[in-house]
Amino acid sequence: MSNTLLIIILLGLMGLAYRLGVRRSQKLVGGPGGVRGLHSLPSYYGFFTALWCGLPALLVLLLWVSLQGGVIRDLVVSDLPEAVRALPEAQLGLVINDIQNLAQGNIVSGEVSPEMERASEHYKSLQQTSYAALFVVVLSLAIAGLSLGWKLISPTYRARNRVESAIKWLLVGCSTIAIFTTLGIVLSVLFESIRFFQIIPVSEFLFGLEWSPQMAIREDQVGSSGAFGVIPLFVGTLLIALIAMLVAVPIGLMSAIYLSEYAGSRFRAYAKPLLEILAGIPTVVYGFFAALTVAPFIRNNGELLGLDVSSESALAAGLVMGIMIIPFISSLSDDVINAVPQTMRDASLGIGATHSETVKKVILPAALPGIVGGILLAVSRAIGETMIVVMAAGLSANLTANPLQSVTTVTVQIVTLLVGDQEFDSPKTLAAFALGLLLFVVTLILNVVALRVVRKYREAYE
Amino acid sequence: MSKLENNQARTIDRVNATLNQRYGRERRFRRFGFFAVLLGLTFVGLMFLSIIGKGYSAFQQTRLLLDIEYTESVIDPSGERDPAVLSSANYAGLIKSTLRARYPEVKARKEKRELYGIVSNGASLVLRERVMANPDLIGSSEQLWLPADDDIDMLIKGHIDRSVPESERRIKDNVLAWIETLEADHKIEKFFNLTFLTGGDSREPELAGIGGAVMGSLYTLIVTLLLSFPIGVASAVYLEEFAPRNRWTDLVEVNINNLAAVPSIVFGLLGLAVFINFFGLPRSAPLVGGMVLTLMTLPTIIIASRAALKAVPPSIREAALGVGASKMQTVFHHVLPLAMPGMLTGTIIGMAQALGETAPLLMIGMVAFIVDIPGSAMDPSTVLPVQIFLWADSPERAFMEKTSAAIMVLLGFLIVMNVLAVILRKRFERRW
Repeated sequence: MSNTLLIIILLGLMGLAYRLGVRRSQKLVGGPGGVRGLHSLPSYYGFFTALWCGLPALLVLLLWVSLQGGVIRDLVVSDLPEAVRALPEAQLGLVINDIQNLAQGNIVSGEVSPEMERASEHYKSLQQTSYAALFVVVLSLAIAGLSLGWKLISPTYRARNRVESAIKWLLVGCSTIAIFTTLGIVLSVLFESIRFFQIIPVSEFLFGLEWSPQMAIREDQVGSSGAFGVIPLFVGTLLIALIAMLVAVPIGLMSAIYLSEYAGSRFRAYAKPLLEILAGIPTVVYGFFAALTVAPFIRNNGELLGLDVSSESALAAGLVMGIMIIPFISSLSDDVINAVPQTMRDASLGIGATHSETVKKVILPAALPGIVGGILLAVSRAIGETMIVVMAAGLSANLTANPLQSVTTVTVQIVTLLVGDQEFDSPKTLAAFALGLLLFVVTLILNVVALRVVRKYREAYE
Repeated sequence: MSKLENNQARTIDRVNATLNQRYGRERRFRRFGFFAVLLGLTFVGLMFLSIIGKGYSAFQQTRLLLDIEYTESVIDPSGERDPAVLSSANYAGLIKSTLRARYPEVKARKEKRELYGIVSNGASLVLRERVMANPDLIGSSEQLWLPADDDIDMLIKGHIDRSVPESERRIKDNVLAWIETLEADHKIEKFFNLTFLTGGDSREPELAGIGGAVMGSLYTLIVTLLLSFPIGVASAVYLEEFAPRNRWTDLVEVNINNLAAVPSIVFGLLGLAVFINFFGLPRSAPLVGGMVLTLMTLPTIIIASRAALKAVPPSIREAALGVGASKMQTVFHHVLPLAMPGMLTGTIIGMAQALGETAPLLMIGMVAFIVDIPGSAMDPSTVLPVQIFLWADSPERAFMEKTSAAIMVLLGFLIVMNVLAVILRKRFERRW
């Protein structure tokens, strides 16, 4: 909470700095009338002073807050008795947790020894010292910055250029966040995956035919050796994606063709937004629909036909996923169909082709690369889709191509492995990150190829 | 000459011979397209119908009219009105004695338990609140509408069929008989269910509400908005207005386009590994959820903002530069205000996406069972879609109704946001 207070004080100081900067710049040239004598408008001098006041102080504040926890922890640990310090990493973590809880007056696991009592006092006093020091350092930095900025102001000083370059660096910083996100994804997933592959060899992971990620707590437990073969998961994922595509591609493509080539403008004006509602519905809603409406429906009808349908059949999940992807396919195809030049249509119609012949023989071949790109993007979405399969597909990894049976997917396994208790040294948890890496790489390849195809195609007609 | 005529005649014959077939194909193709559109629309309708059909009844709650006697010897034997005593008194006992008084024929222990079971466990909390707020009630008696158990609720709403044999029904014949006497006396009614909209989560379906999840979603969205809007707009401004065309900018652009297509669950893995394990931020907190969703919605906002900036004609920039504005002044004083409606539209659509997102939040622990309504962005909480996911897993029939109703609320929010975006676009969009 005291950090919030500090930030509020800092913002107040920046406001003051702004006023002082404006005032000083005007005073230097003899009141508001003499603004012509300044290099920049007075407000830039204000912003300049405020930046000097706020930026260094904020940077120090950020750095301090991010480092504070670790430093205090180390100091407290170094003060603990030898016996406690010799504990393994995990247990030491528990002790420190207890000390922190004690310091915050929370409930502690286990009984409180006098040493813990002392350590928590130590922790509390360190924290208070740290806050006090932070307060002093940040505020003095802010005031020092303020006076420096104030001193630097002179009529010929190029305050605007300074302020603008500061803003520009801020913009550059923001635009690099995308890079850092990608880097963060790759590093975090890769790092844990490497730890996983130290326990389970890559070849076993990529080509293993069995997936049962239970790890035994004791050596002699039944089924103690987990199997981490990703093939059944991948087959399940592809099976569901295939069913989804079989639903989405014909419906999506045909509705795009109908809406852009045949439909009257009124029908189009109503039907298009209505279809696009499907794109805005959260996936968890589709999941609910799949699990509680579609799956029982399919099972009951299957029983009528004498088929043995699992209640978590791949068909239900795939069908609903297909519905979800319809608007995706139809809007992408709509774009590419509309990008086909009108002259090609006119030429085809002019030599006597019917409308459908024009579509099939001229427009679709011309738009094909774009449509294929769109379908690839849709496949990548189907592979990465999580909630529908978590709610409607199964957990057991069957290596089957029968859509009536239950299969599991990569995303389902990531969720089941990571929701609930986690320990970061068991292959079970790490396996989720390896699956994440696989998912990321596969979707990335699909996306890159698809984007390249779409872009190339677009250039051809522009 | 005659040969040519002959030839032409033959061509037209050949065309005519297949013409009907071709027209037939044309009609079939056209019908097929129409059928595809219709099928898509049917899916939309089917989904809405199925969800609304299952969920609308959750906005009502069944209550029983009971004569409650606030016996002093039960609530406050010492007569001191000490709040501690009042708050821990046996209010459930009051309800039980009321029920015993109404059905004196119930004697067997098992039957008694069934009788007590028709009133919700939350009813005693209602009594406690009333007494705590007004201790003068002690010693008096009043008629009070108290929430019924979820099975009774389902029965009254018609989700349990009374005609099937007892063994296949969740409600036994004797309980059914009690309920029917209550119905005959008009002492069992359906009321508007405020608990559902304001309450936190609960294991008891009749006490469970979406209040906690809505607050959690609100905090998460606020964090997302505060982070993603400024960062997204700043990146778009840089990339569109200032960035030199070089390899670095290309890299950033390719990155943004790819991030837009990365599966959302991968962002959850990032949040788990970086924000929670590396930076040690609290699990289940809307703050972390908001940060993860920020990374997820940034590409959407950046792409929309760039499109909005692109739509501002160069003449605006040239005019500003011409009268002596700096590049920065041109952008911030002239281009940005004109592009703002487009940027806001993109942001609202991004927020709608973030509101419906579930998978990454599962990764960072926002799936816990949390009864309390969160009071800040640091409190453990859940969000609306995750609440839907949790309830969808519950076996009770009553939770299915709650899930559908929660979906209706979520879709309501999404529709409002999207309509807002459309209005904004219609109102402020300028064609140059």
